[in-house]
Amino acid sequence: MSDLHAVTVLGHDRPGIIAETTAGLARLGLNVEDSTMTLLRGHFAMMLLCRGEVGGDAIESELASLAADGDLDVAVRSVTDRPDPYAAGSSWVLTVHGGDRPGIVSAVVAEVASAGGNITDLTTRLSGDLYLLLAELDLPAGADSDAVAEAITRAGGEVGVTATLRPAEADEL
Amino acid sequence: MSPADWTEQELGVEGRVLPVLTAPDPVLSRPGEEVDPTDPATVQLAADLVATMRVSPGCVGLAAQQVGVAAQVFCVDVSEHPKARTHHGTFVLCNTEVVQASRNQKAREGCMSVPDFTGDVKRATRLVVRGRLPGTGEEVELETDAFEARALLHEIDHTHGLLFIDRVADAHAIHKRQTYL
Repeated sequence: MSDLHAVTVLGHDRPGIIAETTAGLARLGLNVEDSTMTLLRGHFAMMLLCRGEVGGDAIESELASLAADGDLDVAVRSVTDRPDPYAAGSSWVLTVHGGDRPGIVSAVVAEVASAGGNITDLTTRLSGDLYLLLAELDLPAGADSDAVAEAITRAGGEVGVTATLRPAEADEL
Repeated sequence: MSPADWTEQELGVEGRVLPVLTAPDPVLSRPGEEVDPTDPATVQLAADLVATMRVSPGCVGLAAQQVGVAAQVFCVDVSEHPKARTHHGTFVLCNTEVVQASRNQKAREGCMSVPDFTGDVKRATRLVVRGRLPGTGEEVELETDAFEARALLHEIDHTHGLLFIDRVADAHAIHKRQTYL
């Protein structure tokens, strides 16, 4: 059994969700190694990776009170450590913006997938009619980034949005 | 003539206040054509951009795309802005190209055409650009820094069909604007 657990908490937002979740994990001696949390239109969404010699059932039981009133869903699953297969590749930032309509994300990210690219971070925003997508992605070593960028721009154009791919810049200090 | 000595009086026409378009209006993503800076239509556009910038609170620059024209014309005036160091007052440039850009720094930008968001964008803080003044068509070179450099690069991007959201640093570099001027 892996000692690494993925905990997801989803549902109606209210104060104290993170405090209650992490308190439960701490009581079990679990160490939070990675986490992300955001509000999606006011809906709470959090994922945690925590490590410890505790069974998933015990974690679910410990966090059961969070979900007691039916406003939150808590799920626990065992995950394994995996090496990063894209370490030798290159990192890119993708921006997509245009009028909102169904299918924008799928049209553009299909081009990333077909190039063997892997999206590592994704944020979308909607304000009025403006739909905005920002993603960070890795392309495999040897990928033809110009061709990928052209394919992304073309795919965006077909669904009426502007899509640009550019290198993720890092300052070497 | 230096852009610092230029005023919109040189244009000899009165500017009209035009509506400012917001994304996703497609003209904002359309690269601008080069213009003839002596063409009366360009001169009128220059005057309109200045007039519209003047009446828009907090506006330090406006490009042709923002008033619905895909052309390489923009105006800038950062003279009242607290982040400005060097500034050249109010000026309009046509067909502007970047000659030198260095010393990038990241800062948060907003735009009248993207009213609900701000974004973290890395831009040069030392800048030399070359463009033409509307009316006479005289070629001018302008050296600047800090906030005026950022404003110029933001507007030059507009004239090439790029918004600041096309340049943000990463997936979390866009922020919901809390208040808009």
